[in-house]
Amino acid sequence: MSTPVLDLRGVAFAYPDGHQALFGVDLHVHPGERVALLGPNGAGKTTLVLHLNGILRAGQGSVTISGLPIRDDTLLEIRRRVGIVFQDPDDQLFMPTVRDDVAFGPANLGLTREAIEERVDGALRAVGMLDFADRPPHHLSFGQRRRVAVATVLAMEPEILVLDEPSSNLDPASRRELAEIVESLGVTVLMVTHDLPYALQLCERAVILSGGTIVADGRTSRLLADPDLLARHRLELPFGFDPQTVPPPRG
Amino acid sequence: MGAGHGHVLHYHGHSVIHGLPAHAKLIALLVFVAAVVATPREQIWAFAVYAVLLLLAMAASGVPAAYLLRRMVIEVPFAIFALLMPVIATGPQVQVGPLRLSEAGLWGAWALLAKGTLGVGASVLLGASTEPREIVRALDALRVPQPLVQIAAFMFRYLEVVLAELERMRVARESRGFQARSVRQWPVLAATMGALFIRSYERGERVHLAMLSRGYAGRMPFAEALSASRAQWLTALALPALTGLVAIAAWVRMAA
Repeated sequence: MSTPVLDLRGVAFAYPDGHQALFGVDLHVHPGERVALLGPNGAGKTTLVLHLNGILRAGQGSVTISGLPIRDDTLLEIRRRVGIVFQDPDDQLFMPTVRDDVAFGPANLGLTREAIEERVDGALRAVGMLDFADRPPHHLSFGQRRRVAVATVLAMEPEILVLDEPSSNLDPASRRELAEIVESLGVTVLMVTHDLPYALQLCERAVILSGGTIVADGRTSRLLADPDLLARHRLELPFGFDPQTVPPPRG
Repeated sequence: MGAGHGHVLHYHGHSVIHGLPAHAKLIALLVFVAAVVATPREQIWAFAVYAVLLLLAMAASGVPAAYLLRRMVIEVPFAIFALLMPVIATGPQVQVGPLRLSEAGLWGAWALLAKGTLGVGASVLLGASTEPREIVRALDALRVPQPLVQIAAFMFRYLEVVLAELERMRVARESRGFQARSVRQWPVLAATMGALFIRSYERGERVHLAMLSRGYAGRMPFAEALSASRAQWLTALALPALTGLVAIAAWVRMAA
């Protein structure tokens, strides 16, 4: 098999106050895969995400991105390779205009002005927000801000796109538009969510994080069809939703 | 969130003054205020000239007078202090109508009111004719230390987010029957401010994490630097240059 984009081995982490959030996580994601990371609130999902680009460092175990281990001298390259879209777009978008914000990442990579402009235009076009480039982020709707947040990360041309609860607070139309954008990108995706239908729609494979370890790893449709497994880890399908009747994800 | 468009201070327009680069305007404001403050208060005619110059600039900006006046209300607390000075200051006194007022206090009040009003008027004009983010870029262009520029930029970016959060907290409070009627309700308001502080602090940390995730290493990459042509500098500095000449003339007359 090819080198995994994401290679986590035995990642364990305790916060400074002693609270242990991760107890040895093993996870591999290969190029081109879209994987859903499922888990209830408090399972350690966000903590795990912050390990993927070295914001938090594993107390034990290792995180390797396309063969590159996370060290002080590799941090900038790691952060280029791993693009994290955070849950609240207001946390991500802080520059005066959409264009400046999307340019922030590429500028930190030290690209030339022409290259930055190209990246900004490409990323905004990919999320259908090119017409809003000169608007201040806080004048956009929530769904538009989430799409711009995705563009800010795409502009860094990451090898893996990490989406933290991408469907939260979106209306059904924005939710569908975002799904179409993610499908159209053709990049490796790790989608952190407890929105099970969205995981089924976008990701062929899913893993369940519960109590700080990976407790299941397999086809999303198979995991969601196992009511006992879901119940053990506080995951629930929406009322009336039957994963057996849904067509398999495209791509 | 329903953020309103535009900003409280900025008045959209296309006048000469709106079109000037922000850093030229900022320098012009600083020189103007410095010249006004440096003028001896006894030279009353000089302040009349300043007022005329400033009014001309305001007229050129096309911003309605009522709009500028409303924003100058910020001066009121200082004006009240100025009006108290003749009453509380000591020294020789003069009879004004039924009141005996301190002479030094009267001069102090005049100086504070005249210089304060001119400074506030010029600042309000800058705010009305310049978008907030342009002012931030101006600070950057003028080599103000990066931490200060970034603090200003973040304040501008997150002011609406924090205000919207405060508004949601107010709505949630009042939805549960809260009314701030008397001092007894102050602890609730204090708790709100405390919660808002904690939330803003935590948001600051999340913003910082999101920035680090995109390779932030301490310096803000601004897309392009501001630039001003010679003609723009000359236009922007016309007002402060005249002001400076008047200030020098006022000193010469003082000495004579």
